[in-house]
Order: sequence, then structure tokens, then C-alpha cells
Amino acid sequence: MIQTRDLRMSFDSGRGRRRRTVEAVRGIDLDIGRGEIVGLLGPNGAGKTTTLRILSTLLRPTSGEVLVCGRDVRADPREVRRRLGYVSQGGSTSRRARAGDEATDRGMLYGLTRRAARTRARDLFDRLDLGDLWDRPAGSLSGGQRRRLEIATALVHDPELVVLDEPTTGLDPQSRANLWDHIRDLRASRGATVLVTTHYLDEADALSDRLVVVDHGSVVATGTSEDLKADLDDDVLTVRLADPADAGRAALCAGAATGDVFTPGDGVVTGPLRAGSGGLAVVVRELDRHDVAVAGLDVRRPTLDDVFLTLTGRSLRDAA
Amino acid sequence: MTLLRDATVVLRRQVRLNLRNPAWVLLGVAQPILYLVLFAPLLGPIADQIGVENAYTFFVPGLVVQMGLFGALYVGFNLLAEWREGVVEAERVTPASRGALLLGRLGRDVLQLGIQCLILVGAGYVMGMDAPVAGALAGVGIALLLGAAGSALSNAVALRTRSEEVMAPLVNVVTMPVLLLSGILLPMTLGPGWLRTVSDVMPVRHVVDAVRDVFSGTPSAPTVGLGVGVTCAMLVAGLTVGVLAFRREDA
Repeated sequence: MIQTRDLRMSFDSGRGRRRRTVEAVRGIDLDIGRGEIVGLLGPNGAGKTTTLRILSTLLRPTSGEVLVCGRDVRADPREVRRRLGYVSQGGSTSRRARAGDEATDRGMLYGLTRRAARTRARDLFDRLDLGDLWDRPAGSLSGGQRRRLEIATALVHDPELVVLDEPTTGLDPQSRANLWDHIRDLRASRGATVLVTTHYLDEADALSDRLVVVDHGSVVATGTSEDLKADLDDDVLTVRLADPADAGRAALCAGAATGDVFTPGDGVVTGPLRAGSGGLAVVVRELDRHDVAVAGLDVRRPTLDDVFLTLTGRSLRDAA
Repeated sequence: MTLLRDATVVLRRQVRLNLRNPAWVLLGVAQPILYLVLFAPLLGPIADQIGVENAYTFFVPGLVVQMGLFGALYVGFNLLAEWREGVVEAERVTPASRGALLLGRLGRDVLQLGIQCLILVGAGYVMGMDAPVAGALAGVGIALLLGAAGSALSNAVALRTRSEEVMAPLVNVVTMPVLLLSGILLPMTLGPGWLRTVSDVMPVRHVVDAVRDVFSGTPSAPTVGLGVGVTCAMLVAGLTVGVLAFRREDA
């Protein structure tokens, strides 16, 4: 459904002497098949939105090949637009307009007759739990309702491919989970291909079959979230200490025991627990031998945050 | 034709939004009405000196052009509000032609300006304007063409600058000299030679002359022809930059 080769986009920013070229996208290759749900994960400024805007024909790429729904976005933008539903980050409905009118009008711009557009819109309102909000001004809806309305307006023409740019930003946890269900339903009930950007790890984890991790305008990893985590096959061990003053000493002991680097923290030490290194027992024994009192132990599987940290050298949360 | 069909969809949406807040139509007509009531009476006593028979027959056509053009120049602020809400972008990801996105909005502006012009002309008749109805309607028609040009230009500037702070002074810089040099308030023939020469190169002055001419009931072909020609040229220029602005950045 989406294929890009060496996609690049640069902007000129600033004026006069301070003018410089910003490379927002530096050679992104994407291959997304029909019926996939793919998450584009990365911190703010990684080039996610720019990539999406190119795929949606809103921006002309500086260079590279871009095929969307089998059509070249530059040569055949109108055919691409017909097949694609785009949910932007900043909204798409007028505060003053009635919710139902916005969805119907958008459908008519996609070439539907008024009757067909209205029928489709009504159906989507039911599906997206907007049933009785048809006559309400869009500005009077809650954040989650407004976002669902915007998704409905992007779906009236029954697109094969749906592209959503950070759809859950600014929503409360309950609305987010609810929206995830609706996004998954796009494929389940309509067979649509979905590309969704996010900088939330749990969202990427929960929603997508496959992740594309981008940073500084290029792809740094792709795969299922399990694959990406499996690359970090070490579990993470956190030892909570009875006396926080022991942290430095404890890190040295644990390091000596496992041969890995343990980092002292605020009353804790953290480090990898490599398979075959003797594991937990060795660390505990070594700590005991040096009279370091242990208050608790925690072993967990790596999270996507650890993946991101390993790939880019910074935490996704810090970057976002 | 899909262009017209899509433009109608856009137009209907815009009119619906305007109808939700009809106060704007009245606010837009308030300023010319104030001119008519508070300024035109000053022209009455000096009508002979400035070479006109009826102050209102002279003044109303100027106000019609002023409203047609100046009202239109401010519509870009509307578009900026829509742009901030993401509506412009959402319409640009539809297959609708870029021209339709502009034309639908122009349609709304012309409709709104038309209603305002008719209110103004009606008020003019009440105040004692002496003009044939057909001539007055023709004058309003010319003003509306000019309004469409101004609205297209204003939309283009809005999409280019994407900033109210840049647009507001820009519109002011344009409207002040137009108001002073187009003979809207007083006939330019009163002025010294150099001022008349400057006003000759002000396109809107010829539009004002043409509208005034058709209001008089005895239009002269050269005056009207020049005015209508200038209006059409401005309309073509406005539509061109307007459509280009909506197409800009398209893949």
C-alpha cells in the first residue's frame, strides 16, 4: 500500500543570513502491505508528520520515490487522495459547524452524492459512538468526541488506507484506549491498511503489528514490537537497597558478579541480566558477601523504551 | 462539471456557517451606512461646487465600490481561522479541485457583499438618491466582480502569510491609498493636476468612475468599458494568485 525509496524532504527555514536548510526526512524507505497496521514511532521532530504529509499529497518531497495505493503521489495525487483518509494532528473540523454537516460535506468533496455521504456519515457516527452528536457544533464536543468526529470525516469515502497523525495526543487514558479499539476496528471490519504515528510506546505496542522507529529523519529500526524487544535479550534487574548510601558499592559488586555494567540510582542499582551469567543468585550472593542489605528485587523484560534508548541513545520520553 | 459541483459543496458549507452568525453581514454594512448618514449630508451644500447635482447619486456608487473591495480584502482573516482549525488542509487532501476550494469561498463572499450592497443602495434611495434601478444593479454587479477579485487576493495573501499580524497592516497599507486616490469620497477632478495623474494609475479609480457612470443613468461607453476592463483584469489576476495559493506545496 505504501512504498517509499530514499524519501527526502528539506525545508528552508529562517531568512537572510540566518537562512538554513533543515532536513526533516533523510532517506526513509517504507514498505507497508495491504491490511497491515503499522506504527511510526519516534520523538517530536523525528520527521513523522512530514512523512505523513508527503504520503497524503500535502507536501511535495524533495526527492525519492513514493507510491501510495500503487500510485505515484507526484504524478497522480488525485487518485491517491481518493483512496486515502488522513487524520491530521491539528484537527479538521470547524468549531462552529455542526458535526454531521462536516462529515457529510467532506464526503461530498470526495465525490459522493449528498445522500450517500449522509448515509456513510450516519453509519460512521454509530460505529464511533457519536450517534446523538450529529446536530451539535463541533466546538462543543469533548476532546475524545472531536477526535472521533475527525476520524469519521476522514473515513466517509471508505478509504483503503488510513493515515493518522498522533491521534490520541491530549486525550485522557480512557479515551485513548477507546480510540485504539476504533483504530483496530478499521482493519477488522473494513480491511483498511493503517499507518499511525505516535510517540507513546504503549500505544505503538498496543496498536500495531509492526513498528517503524524513526529518529532524526531516518529509520533506525523496523519489526514487531516483540522482535525489537527480543533484540535486547537481556532482562533488566533492579535491586532496591535498604541503605541508599550503598548504591555505589552495590553497583560495583553486581558488576563484578555478572561482568556487566550496573548503574547506581536513587537507592537502587540497575543492570542487564544476561542469559547464562549465573543470573540473579550470583548478584544476591555477592551483595550478601559484602554486607549490602537488599530491600527488594525486580526483574523485567525490556520495554520499547529500552529499545529506543538502545537505538538512539536517548529515552523517548525525554525526547518527546 | 466537477469544478462547479465541488465549488457548490464548499459554497454551501460556507453559507451555512455564515448563517449561523448573520450579525457579520450587518456589521459589514454598518460602516458604509455610517458614511452615508454622517458624511454624505456634508456633500449636500457643496454639491454645486464639486460639480454634482445630487450628493447621494454621487456618493452611493463610491460607497458600493468601497464596500465591495474593502469588505472582500478582509475575508482572508476568515480563511486564516479555517486554516488554523485544519479545515483548509482537510479539504486539500480530498480529490476536489484546488480551484473549487477557492471558488466556493468567492461565491460566499460575492453573495454576502451582494446582500450588503443591496442594503446600502436601498438606504441610498431612502436618503434621496436619484438613479435608475437597472443602472444601480449594473453598478452593484461591477462592484461584486471587483469584490471577487479582492476576495481571491485576500485569500491568497492569507495562505501565503499565514499570520493575522502580517495581514492586518498589509490590508491597511492597501486600503488607505485606494480610499484616498479613487475618488470614493470626493471627485478627483477637484484636485490639482499631479493628484489627478496619480489617481489615473490607481485602477480602482476607473472602477469607481464606471460604477458612478452607470448609476447616473447616462453611461458613456469608454468610461464603463475602461472600468469593466480594469475590473476583469483584476479578477483574472486575483483568481490566478488565489488558485496558486491553494495549490502551493501540493505533491
